[in-house]
Amino acid sequence: MEDLYREIIIDHYKNPQYRGHLDPSDIHFEDDNPLCGDHIEITLRVDGDGKVTDGRFDGNGCAISQSSADLLIESVIGKSIEAVKQLTKQDVLDLLGIELGPVRLKCALLPLKVLKAGVYGLSEANDDLIA
Amino acid sequence: MPLDIARLREDFPTLAREVRPGVPLVYLDSAATTQKPLPVLQAMDDFYRRSNANIHRGVHTLAEEATAMYEQAREKVARFVNAPSVEQIIFTRNATESINLAAYTWARANLKKGDLIILTEMEHHSNLVPWHMLSAERGVDLEFVPVTDDGLLDLDVYRSLLTRTVRLVAFTGMSNVLGTINPVGEMTRLAHAAGAVVLVDGAQSVPHLPVDAQALDVDFLAFSAHKMLGPTGIGALYGKKSLLEAMPPFLGGGDMIKTVHLRNFVPNDLPHKFEAGTPAIAEAVGFGAAVDYLEAIGMEAVAAHEREIITYALERLEEIPGVKVFGPAADEKGGVASFTLEGVHPHDVAQIVDTYGVAVRAGHHCAQPLHEKFGIPATTRASFYIYSMKEEVDKLVAGIYQVKKIFG
Ligand SMILES: Cc1ncc(COP(=O)(O)O)c(C=O)c1O
Repeated sequence: MEDLYREIIIDHYKNPQYRGHLDPSDIHFEDDNPLCGDHIEITLRVDGDGKVTDGRFDGNGCAISQSSADLLIESVIGKSIEAVKQLTKQDVLDLLGIELGPVRLKCALLPLKVLKAGVYGLSEANDDLIA
Repeated sequence: MPLDIARLREDFPTLAREVRPGVPLVYLDSAATTQKPLPVLQAMDDFYRRSNANIHRGVHTLAEEATAMYEQAREKVARFVNAPSVEQIIFTRNATESINLAAYTWARANLKKGDLIILTEMEHHSNLVPWHMLSAERGVDLEFVPVTDDGLLDLDVYRSLLTRTVRLVAFTGMSNVLGTINPVGEMTRLAHAAGAVVLVDGAQSVPHLPVDAQALDVDFLAFSAHKMLGPTGIGALYGKKSLLEAMPPFLGGGDMIKTVHLRNFVPNDLPHKFEAGTPAIAEAVGFGAAVDYLEAIGMEAVAAHEREIITYALERLEEIPGVKVFGPAADEKGGVASFTLEGVHPHDVAQIVDTYGVAVRAGHHCAQPLHEKFGIPATTRASFYIYSMKEEVDKLVAGIYQVKKIFG
């Protein structure tokens, strides 16, 4: 279980590279996990070709949700919006490099949910985004 | 005489298990639900093996036996909270249903738009949401007794709220987050002097403290068996007889009626009026056995043991740099320690100490408004019961030091 707290996760939790808020931004979305109060806000900048040029996350929560957000932002910068739309649960788990039980999976996937709701321009996030 | 905890723990099969090979369980989540002793398991097993039948109405031997066992359980529960008569104990599914029963029957029959209900900021969602629903439906007003920084109810504000016309005061006997033991007797006396009815959420107080419904003079008292060594699926609502008699029935169906015609019915007498359909019979029998078990120990001894454990736990927790425990000092609280650890989310704390077999809960513990009040999304909660040991507190503390090491 301690594998869950691999160095990479603790590292991204304590020293996030992409914590912050872009203003102005082209994409902005936020949501929380009511069960544990985790909160994630994501802002992205997108260029004329539909490529993500910069991104930030903000919020609070457990090491899993916060490191997942940092890793996710890192991975989408330089990607096209179309590619971001294709991201799956497995992509996030690969970034984190861990296996998770159902409760912690929600923590890990909250950033992806927020990110995808943002790029799809939804008014509300839903679990189909991270199925 | 202090409890022989080692001996008592032998009655609890779960407490002897390992969560993973070589890692014994350290169960510190009794405020959520307690573990069950053998006499409770045996009573339910015996019921199903020997006496299983539906209750009431039956004349055959098993039906009579089952009915007697169910009604004996009610007698035991009535005695446990010192109800003046047995029919003042209504069996429900849990404390939540007990509170809802009062909200749907007594409150809807008696409260109208503009009437005031006083609640507190430390309530469990079970003693908030039924009143939110009533308020939305009826336009009933809700006011809240504030919680002070040290986790006590602000009784000065309570007194000033009572100068308005108040119809109901509903509050918890003991906070499931802060552990605060509220002055139920005094608050009830003040409420009655102001002409209000009093409902006490006894989900935490009845399992952990001696509770005498007559001495406290409460009008309603709600509690759950599963938090006091009994099974899930059964709880009770104690009520004053005059109130219960005047209340309309809750759910309709079999058993709650005296006679039924095509177009109308006559409700049954207490307590059956509020128990529609086949109840949780085996669970009631288990509830009775749980109460027997607690009575054999004595609730004074239960409370004294928990006081000893919480005193030790607060001492150990507060010496850890970065740990902040919420709620009053040990002499004003039951066996609950909710805390934060600086820089680490409660979920991470709970997950890491689980590696060492330590079961604690992380989250808002169904008391979100209370956490908002303290400006925190969540806490980690360790909660104790008669079987808790100081060695278990030590294991929690060692686990927290591991958390600190991992988060460096
Ligand atoms: C203070 C308090 N009230 C009410 C409840 C609800 O109990 P139950 O879920 O058994 O109805 C709980 C249990 O979590 C509690 O701690």
